[in-house]
Amino acid sequence: MTTSSTPPSRPVGNQQPPKIERRGNVLTELYRSALGKKYLMAISGIVLMAYVLIHMIGNWKLFEGEASLNEYAIWLRELGEPLIPEYGAIWATRVILILAFGVHIIAAAQLTRMNQLARGSGRYAERHYAAVDFAGRTMRWTGVIVGLFVVFHLADLTWGVQWVNPQWEYLEVYDNVVASFANPVSAGIYILANAALGLHLYHGAWSLFQSMGWNSPRFNHWRRWFAIGFAVLIAVGNISMPVAVQVGLVG
Amino acid sequence: MDLTLRIWRQPRHDTPGDFVSYQVTGVPEEASFLEMLDLLNEQLSERGEEPVVFESDCREGICGTCGLMIDGRPHGPWGNTATCQLHMRAYADGDEITIEPWRATGFPVIKDLAVDRSAFDRIIEAGGYISTPTGAAPDANLIPVDKATADRAFEAAACIGCGACVAACPNGAAQLFAGAKVAQLNMLPQGQPERYQRAANVVDTMEAFFGSCTNHGECQAACPKDISIDFIAWLNRDYRKAKLSGRQAG
Repeated sequence: MTTSSTPPSRPVGNQQPPKIERRGNVLTELYRSALGKKYLMAISGIVLMAYVLIHMIGNWKLFEGEASLNEYAIWLRELGEPLIPEYGAIWATRVILILAFGVHIIAAAQLTRMNQLARGSGRYAERHYAAVDFAGRTMRWTGVIVGLFVVFHLADLTWGVQWVNPQWEYLEVYDNVVASFANPVSAGIYILANAALGLHLYHGAWSLFQSMGWNSPRFNHWRRWFAIGFAVLIAVGNISMPVAVQVGLVG
Repeated sequence: MDLTLRIWRQPRHDTPGDFVSYQVTGVPEEASFLEMLDLLNEQLSERGEEPVVFESDCREGICGTCGLMIDGRPHGPWGNTATCQLHMRAYADGDEITIEPWRATGFPVIKDLAVDRSAFDRIIEAGGYISTPTGAAPDANLIPVDKATADRAFEAAACIGCGACVAACPNGAAQLFAGAKVAQLNMLPQGQPERYQRAANVVDTMEAFFGSCTNHGECQAACPKDISIDFIAWLNRDYRKAKLSGRQAG
């Protein structure tokens, strides 16, 4: 989409499109189009949604106590042994997640740029939006918040960066989590970031059906309920953990 | 009634524009919005001032020529109406109304309130038709179409190409227009032979002028013909199939 980057020089009255060129293989050809980028955003979004759901359910073992959560961490590490080497499943998941995040963010950035050019410099002096909701309007912001949060979350509990989580110790999963969630600043970051994720999912989990063209009178009315349910489940389910530590139910 | 109008005036497409305030007096409430602008232009002409350029043709809501951003709402405050069907009984004496042209890179301003919508013509040329052999007209109902499909295709075919969807879109996207134009043919038997080629050509042409959809639904809310964003999903599906299955030609 280099075409919309030079808008003002077009002759007015008889706009002509550049010649459509189709080259390369199916996927590069598809990715060059905005719709192709939207498909990839939807698919990478589905991958990330599946991960965030499994991640949350697994981590609910926090409520079962120290032994349960730490055993779960070791189980994940050894998942698939001896067929898959130790850490194999974890690293395979990480690679998939890095790819999904990369695609989601790069496509979003390219589409945002394209849309800014297509909207142009002329702004309405007055504009009353009739349909768009808060979640839709803030997708880019909630996306950036969640992206930054992921870096914090990794520094806090995966990498154990000293100034983020000073009590962090390798393999002491339960203690690390409780130490983080007991810190009000850290707990606040988790709560706010997951509220942002909930908003992002409220629009994204519905929007993906439209982008993929999954539209049918048979299930259309379920799409909004699916998005609401998924967004609330993830936001409430994740926020419950730092809240439980803060109020003293866990830890 | 007497009104204050804040109207965008722009002498040429490549010169900057600005708002100018005008008083228009003696507007009857039975007048349409466009007749009110006619009255303003008469009063401007009598004073020797340059009339405001705006577009209109049928003035009965079926041609899609008129289209103004009125107080921040495409086609004004009434739902499912084109600007020409908006009547002055929507306003009261002394109201101030802000009138702007559609604003999008794909719709450059020609002058004042008139914008160049020829990009829509390019989209239609890319696939908004069916190739038919000429000859005698076929018998009616020779190709059976079930009622539900016919009704749905007709909903898409109600698009008058006014451009309110692009004007309303925060991304300057034309996906509702393109979706309607593709769906009205791709839903029917007559549209099947060129179905995937049509979807690919329309989308690739559309993206040369307009932005991409973020599923906000502003287009659907602005559409004077109440066309559903379901047709955007239709377009997305046919484009995906066209590209992934290699069913497009050329």
